Formats: sequence, structure tokens, C-alpha cells
Amino acid sequence: MSFIPGQPVTAVVERIEIQKLRQDGNLILGFSIGGGIDQDPGQNPFSEDKTDKGIYVTRTSPGGPAEAAGLKVGDKIMQVNGWDMTMVTHDQARKKLTKKNEDVVRLLVTRKSLEDAVKKSMNPCYPRP
Amino acid sequence: MDNESTYSSYSYKSSHSRSSRKHRERRDRHRSKSRDCSIRGDKSVVIQAPGEPLLDAESTIADERDDNWGETTTVVTGTSVDSVSNEDLTRITKDLEDSSPLDCRRYISPVLGAVLGLFSLLTPLAFLVLPQLLWRDTLDPCGTPCEGLYISMAFKLLILFISTWALFLRPPRATLPRFYVFRCLLLALVFLFVASYWLFYGVRVLEPRETDYRGIVGYAASLVDALLFIQYLALVLLEVRHLQPAFCLKVVRTTDGVSRFYNVGYLSIQRAAVWVLDQYYSDFPVYNPALLNLPKSILTKRLSAFKVYNLEEENSTNNSTGQSRAMIAAAARRRDNSHNEYYYEEAEVERRLRKRKARLVVAVEEAFTHIKRHQDEESTASSPKHPREVMDPREAAQAIFAPMARAMQKYLRATRQQSYHTMESIINHLQFCITHNMTPKAFLERYLTPGPTLQYLDNNRGRQWTLVSEEPVTASLRQGHVFCLKRLDFALVITVTPLPFLRLGEEFIDPKSHKFVMKLQSETSV
Repeated sequence: MSFIPGQPVTAVVERIEIQKLRQDGNLILGFSIGGGIDQDPGQNPFSEDKTDKGIYVTRTSPGGPAEAAGLKVGDKIMQVNGWDMTMVTHDQARKKLTKKNEDVVRLLVTRKSLEDAVKKSMNPCYPRP
Repeated sequence: MDNESTYSSYSYKSSHSRSSRKHRERRDRHRSKSRDCSIRGDKSVVIQAPGEPLLDAESTIADERDDNWGETTTVVTGTSVDSVSNEDLTRITKDLEDSSPLDCRRYISPVLGAVLGLFSLLTPLAFLVLPQLLWRDTLDPCGTPCEGLYISMAFKLLILFISTWALFLRPPRATLPRFYVFRCLLLALVFLFVASYWLFYGVRVLEPRETDYRGIVGYAASLVDALLFIQYLALVLLEVRHLQPAFCLKVVRTTDGVSRFYNVGYLSIQRAAVWVLDQYYSDFPVYNPALLNLPKSILTKRLSAFKVYNLEEENSTNNSTGQSRAMIAAAARRRDNSHNEYYYEEAEVERRLRKRKARLVVAVEEAFTHIKRHQDEESTASSPKHPREVMDPREAAQAIFAPMARAMQKYLRATRQQSYHTMESIINHLQFCITHNMTPKAFLERYLTPGPTLQYLDNNRGRQWTLVSEEPVTASLRQGHVFCLKRLDFALVITVTPLPFLRLGEEFIDPKSHKFVMKLQSETSV
């Protein structure tokens, strides 16, 4: 999941659609994010490459809409509703996720196990990223 | 009055015959001339502020009439101008009484020191000259070594003389109640030295008419060296030892609680007292007795609000104590609103003061716009149309004083400062400010804040202070000493605390070790 600056990023992603839950007047998704280009990437426990400044899922609340939709802890979010999440600040990511007039967010997330699964299935001719 | 005389002269002229007109004209001319003179002399008086006349019509000399300037009340209370001036009178007479013997005593010690110093400076020269005068023929001739000694002696004497002049020949600024121990010690030491040298010289040189002149010159040179060392000792004891701070003195004025902290070195109590008084005159705001007390209306507790009726008969053994206890208890339980009154009264006074200050500032600013400095180049441009009168600073000050006088008077009255500033002093200060191109704000700084006491002193009188102390005043300062400096109406209480011992440690920081990282990843729940 590392990137070379100037080269396009390729990743195997999973599409996850989360319905927002209305609780106490707020629309919540039920997970916590960490990371961003203004944060310290070395502190991220979930990233493979410690220079990765992407947005990661740090925690999912049990029984929440994110867990129900299949979001796992340690996932890196690549897109939210079409907005890119690989080069955003922490606050921008939060804003894209918590828009009040959207009921559903469609995320593209990637994780190591996805990469491994695809590699295993396409063994000889899988181009290493 | 002048206008009336003009009228009368006109009617006078018209009604009488022609023969006496010449005489009348001469008299009228004379009268008008005298009128002009009087107007020119009373330039400061003719301008009157509307409503309230500032001065009497005839008081061109403002010094003796400044009781019209301050507020005179019909009831003589403790805070009126009258009682303050009475106090001033008693203080003046007291100072006059004891200033004359003080003047003589001031100069005894320096004169003694000067005489001794002169004597000791001349002694080596005497040692050299006396053998030459008395038994010149029998002296061994002494060539180059003696001349070398002469030169070194001459320079050492010159240095001794200059440094004595620089350090010790200063007019003393205070008389101390007891002897100044170090100075007495040094004078005694000098006297002892010189006396013993003379003794030795008299016995060993003058008596047997010693012929070894080089020895005599060496002896005189050693005396000069010894004098230099004594002067070094004097420098250290009198000037240097007390420079390193060792104690912190807290000085509190008893009447209004103004306090300051000062750091001093190792001094005796009397020297510390003199030092504190030096600082007092330039640091402490002037003591204004009018500013002290709470208004009586707030302080009096109306104890007589409760009347106690005795409903029983005569056995009143414990009734009186029971009565007073009951009254005290009732008074304590009654809701005491005097703090409330104090608070509102303070706020009201503050508001009034600010208003008067605003009026004063505006009046002064406006007054200062009326004059400007006359440049010589302007004279050609302005002469035909506006013949502006060129005034010297005193006249300019008097001219612009009138519009601001009323505002100034009201402000000084509100801050109870009217006894410190006479009209004459205000005009003097105004003249001073105009001469030095000061702005209105610079002119007003003297009146808006109560300045240090030094500003209000006239320097021709000595100040009498009394040092009250439980320890002997020549003892040196120690922790926990408390002593007082008393004057007639207030006192300064001085407490001594030692400065803390400082343990200074060292820490080395490599300049390359300044590194920064971003903060911990923040986690936001969405």
C-alpha cells in the first residue's frame, strides 16, 4: 500500500456501503478514523508502510452500522462517496464522512488480506504493485 | 470702573465752558495714559473666567493670596486646607528650630577628616624637607636612587590626593545618630599611623641628626605606601562592602500602606536607614493626609438604634451586663450595610473624578492650541494683516492659563491636591512646558499622578527623621530586625529579611537536540 510519488496508486479495494444511523439527533456511522496528511504516520499501528498518511479505521463500535456493513479495524479508506481519501487532512476526512444531508456513505476500502487473496488467486501473472 | 470714568469725562467736557477745557484735556490725557499703564501691568488679571472670578481684582501678586485659589470651607474639618497649612506652620517652625545646630554639626566630621588627611599628605614632604633645612651639610649625598624615589613618591602623592578628593571630599548628606563606625575606625587608624611615624622620625632621625638621607627618603616613601593601603581599606569598607545585595528591606508607610521592597548589602542599621530615606524621597508617592479616611457617614455604626427597656424592678445586678450583651448581639445580627455604602460611594467618587479629568484634559489641549512657537521666517508674511504679538514664555503661559484654570481647580479639588499646587506653581510649570515644546499630556503628568515626595520639596531645609529601633543602631542588619523611621505625622516601618541562598545548577543542551515531531494521531469517531 505504499506509493511512489508521481506514479499512480493501484490497490485492491472493497466497496462498502454504510447506512447512517440516527442517534440523539446525530447521524453516526459507528467507527473511528485516524491518520491524515497533517498527522504523524509513524504512530499508525495499522499501516504497513510507516510513511503512509492515509485514513485508517481505528475502531468500530460493536453493533453499529459500520460493523454491520463489513468494515473492519485497520482498513484504509481510499474513497468516500467519490471523494479521495488518500491525500486529505484528518479534518477534511471527517467532514466528508459526516455530511448532514447524506444518509449513506459508499466507501472504497483496502486491506492487506484483500491483496493477499488476489495474489493467491492470480498467482503467476499478478503484477506486483 | 474705568468705563464709568470715560462716561463722566464726556459729560464733563460738554457741560463746562471753553476756558477750562485745556486744563481738562490735559487731565483726561493723563488719566487715560495711567489707565493704559495699569491695563498693561495687570494683564494676567483682567481675563476672567465666566461665572466664577478666579482672583481678587487687586491681587497681581499671587503668592500670598493662594488661599483664594484653594477651596475654603466655612466649617473647619480635619481635611480642609486650613488645617493643613497649620500643620505646615508647625513643621516649618520645628525645622527652623533644629536646623541651625544641625548645620554646625553637619560639618564637624568632614572637617576633622579633611584636617587629618591634609596633615597625613604633607607628612612625607615634611620628612624629606626637614633634614635638608636643619642639617644639610652633614647629609650623605644621594644621587640616582633618591631621585627615583622622589619621582615615585610624587606620583603616589598625586594619586592619593586625587582619589581622596574623588571619594571622600563630598558634602555629607545625612547626620547619623551614633558614630559611623567604619569612618571613625579609619580616621583613628590614619591618626595612629601618622603619629607613630612621626614618633619614630622624631626619636630616630631628628634627635641624632641622622645622616643617611637615602634611608630617610625610603622611610617617607614607605609612609606614602602605607597611606595608599589605608585608602584602599577605606574604599573597601566604606564604598564597596555594601554593594553586594544581602538583605531585602520591606518599607511600609504607616498612614496609607504604600510599600516598597529594596535590596541592600551589609549595612549597619543607621546606614540602611539613610539609604532607605534616599529611596523614599524618589519612590514613594507624596503623603496626602486628605486622602486617608473613609467618610464618617460610612463608619459610624448606629448603636443607638436599639433602645433597651428595663421591664423588671430594682434587682439589676446582672442587668447592665445583660443589657450590653444584648445590644452587642443585636448589633451583630443587624445586617450591616456599611460596606455597601462604601462600595457605591467609591464608585461615585471614581466616576466624578474621571469626568473632571476628562474636562481638564480637553481644556488643556484646547488651551495649548492657542499658541505656537514664533518662527522668524513667518514675520514677513504675516506682518501687514495679522500683527501678532510676540510674547515671552511667561506671558504666553499667563495668556493660556485662564481658559484651563477652572477645570484645573476643580480637578485638583477632587483629588485633594489643591494644597500642593499653588496658582503660581502651575503657571511656572506651564511656562516650563511651553519653553521646552512639551505636549499637553506632558504638562498634565505632574497633576494626574501624585508624584514622588521629592517633587514637592524645597531643598533649603534639612529633614528631621527619628530612627526607632530595639537594637543599637550601629549593629549590622540581621534577619527579623524591625525598625521605624518616624516623622511628625507618619512613620516608615522597615522589616529585614535575608535574600535566599541560591543554588545554581548547570544543564547542558546540545543545540542539535532540538527536534520536533507531529503530535499523536488523533482519532475522531464518525
